[in-house]
Amino acid sequence: MSREQILSSDGIPLEQSLKKAERKNKLKAVLLVAPLFLFILIIYVFPIGDMLFRSVDDRMITKMLPKTFQAMENWDGQELPDEPVYKAIYEDLKYLKENKTYGKIIARLNYEKSGFSSLIKKTVRKLNKIEEGNYKEQFIKIHKRWGQPEYLVALKNAAPNWSYAKYLKGVDMRFDQDRSIVQVEEDRRIYKILWMRTINVAFWVTLFCFILAYPISHLLATLPMKYSNLLMICVLLPFWTSLLVRTSSWMVLLQQQGPINDLIVWIGLAADDNRPELMYNVIGTFVAMTQILLPFMVLPLYSVMKTISPSLMRAGKSLGGTPLVSFVKIYFPLTIPGIGAGCLLVFILAIGYYITPALVGGASGSLISNTIAYHMKSSLDWAFASALGTMLLVGVLAIYWVYNKLVGIDNIKLG
Amino acid sequence: MALPNHTPLNYRIWHYTYLTFCGLVFFFLIAPLFVILPLSFNAEQYIHFSSKMLALDPEGFSLRWYEDMIYGTKNPWGLATKNSLFIAFFATIGSTILGTVAALGLSSRHMPYKAAFMALLISPMIVPLIISGTAIFFFMAKVGLAATHTGIILSHIILGTPFVVITVTATLSGFDHSVTRAAASLGSNPVNTFMKITLPLIMPGVISGALFAFVTSFDEVVVVLFLAGLENTTIPIQMWVGLREQLSPTIMAVATCLIIMSTLILVTAELLRRRSERLRGINR
Repeated sequence: MSREQILSSDGIPLEQSLKKAERKNKLKAVLLVAPLFLFILIIYVFPIGDMLFRSVDDRMITKMLPKTFQAMENWDGQELPDEPVYKAIYEDLKYLKENKTYGKIIARLNYEKSGFSSLIKKTVRKLNKIEEGNYKEQFIKIHKRWGQPEYLVALKNAAPNWSYAKYLKGVDMRFDQDRSIVQVEEDRRIYKILWMRTINVAFWVTLFCFILAYPISHLLATLPMKYSNLLMICVLLPFWTSLLVRTSSWMVLLQQQGPINDLIVWIGLAADDNRPELMYNVIGTFVAMTQILLPFMVLPLYSVMKTISPSLMRAGKSLGGTPLVSFVKIYFPLTIPGIGAGCLLVFILAIGYYITPALVGGASGSLISNTIAYHMKSSLDWAFASALGTMLLVGVLAIYWVYNKLVGIDNIKLG
Repeated sequence: MALPNHTPLNYRIWHYTYLTFCGLVFFFLIAPLFVILPLSFNAEQYIHFSSKMLALDPEGFSLRWYEDMIYGTKNPWGLATKNSLFIAFFATIGSTILGTVAALGLSSRHMPYKAAFMALLISPMIVPLIISGTAIFFFMAKVGLAATHTGIILSHIILGTPFVVITVTATLSGFDHSVTRAAASLGSNPVNTFMKITLPLIMPGVISGALFAFVTSFDEVVVVLFLAGLENTTIPIQMWVGLREQLSPTIMAVATCLIIMSTLILVTAELLRRRSERLRGINR
């Protein structure tokens, strides 16, 4: 069966010229997106990749002790190594001493096994006295730890270029001497507590926001326009106001001599000289974050509730349902998309919150972001900050993925 | 919301409980902002309501903290304001242009892998700022843009574009493409069509996106904390530094100014939103 080809005015088959036009349109759309895409790729996506890279990068020590690691390659780690290993250590340390850069390896090796700090410092100090030949004996004479295999095993363990030790540290684990993964000592387990607290705070803030936002979204969606517009300002003004302004107003309210404490004393819940600490602990973080993130819950809920026809509830009632039954069976299920959107958004924002916990949270109310900032700005352990950041990022992206599946990212409503 | 006369008592109680609860939540949302206003006019140095203030005695109030904000030498609010406005201005222009152009592409039905691109372009809004700050800091330090206005502006463009993309794609979702086809059939070239037809129609979306981008940049503190040197200090940085030391009335004065600014922005944004809804024929 032959099919007659339809030709367009210039003699080309219509199908072909349609395809050409489609291709042209596709190219046009891609070209429009391209500038922003490239911009984000270069200044945002690559840097985040670089951060991932930094978190596993352990080449510094490999570069500083090249001969040592080469000489240790064939050592099985059972008995003390032979002369060439000590000779290599001597040569590496001598080079580092001449360049005055041995300080960097001390911290790194001490992390591998405590005791390296004094070992390296003492050895470097006495390095000039070492004579050629018989290095092993002279080393052990300088410090007896050079005669203990576990220190040399720890040294060998620092050799690989890449290491996920920072990730283990982020969940309170570490490598044992024989490279097995163990938990750190009980009094040093701080990161698991921090992760749990972060998830806990994010969860409760999300729940509080939901409980507070659901009724007012319903009110905003059902009130006549002229009232709801006025009340909407109460939601939108905080939304548009600087985060620091909102946080500082909570600092005013929650301080020991502040209005809320005045009220508590006036009611008689606490004595004037025994005012409760409302700030610099987890209470401050909860209260301030709930108020700050509340608009992000109200707006998606409101936009969903706005689309629910009031006649549905009336129909439910006319069929004999009590208000409670009609609410549970009709209204609530229809608002679930809004609940999903609001809760996921608030949870994502809460889990990475930094400014508010840093200002009102104190030590017991600080979250994982505050620890990342601490390691970035104070302890300067950038690799560890990167590892914590990567772990947080993976969590957030997982929720973002769920959000995208459930809500669709293009359905985010702003104002 | 008056209830009909025949409403049973238990529903009546339930209804008023609900209204009271809503009232308290609205109070919880808005009241903290209004604590700041009177305290910025405090005549004393402490951040609490003095007895003179509570008695509405004129002596309890003064403008000294506003004078301190403008003329005070200790806090470089002047430099901070200049920097904040400069950075926010260029970041807004950058975000608006890049975001609007990308939104035009994303709204085209010919765009391949639309959802994936959208998810990527929106991600700076979702990824915690501390992570963005860390990553951008490493990058800017590598290319020598740390502690420069350029570096901060570039990172604020990244943080601002998602808002522009969202608002402009939302405006374009109700866009009638037959008007651009009509322009083309009347002999207009694509650029001319865009400038004369498309842009004026999507303008409310563009401006409200630009407002979001401006506020994002003007209010941003985490990334600037990583990137800024002494010369690049901004209003949020100065507030952050001040708040970490102690609450001072000068900060209350600055905060009051910022609240007034956000009120103006809110009004503009609301007017734009309503206009845009009218133009799209959505009557809610």
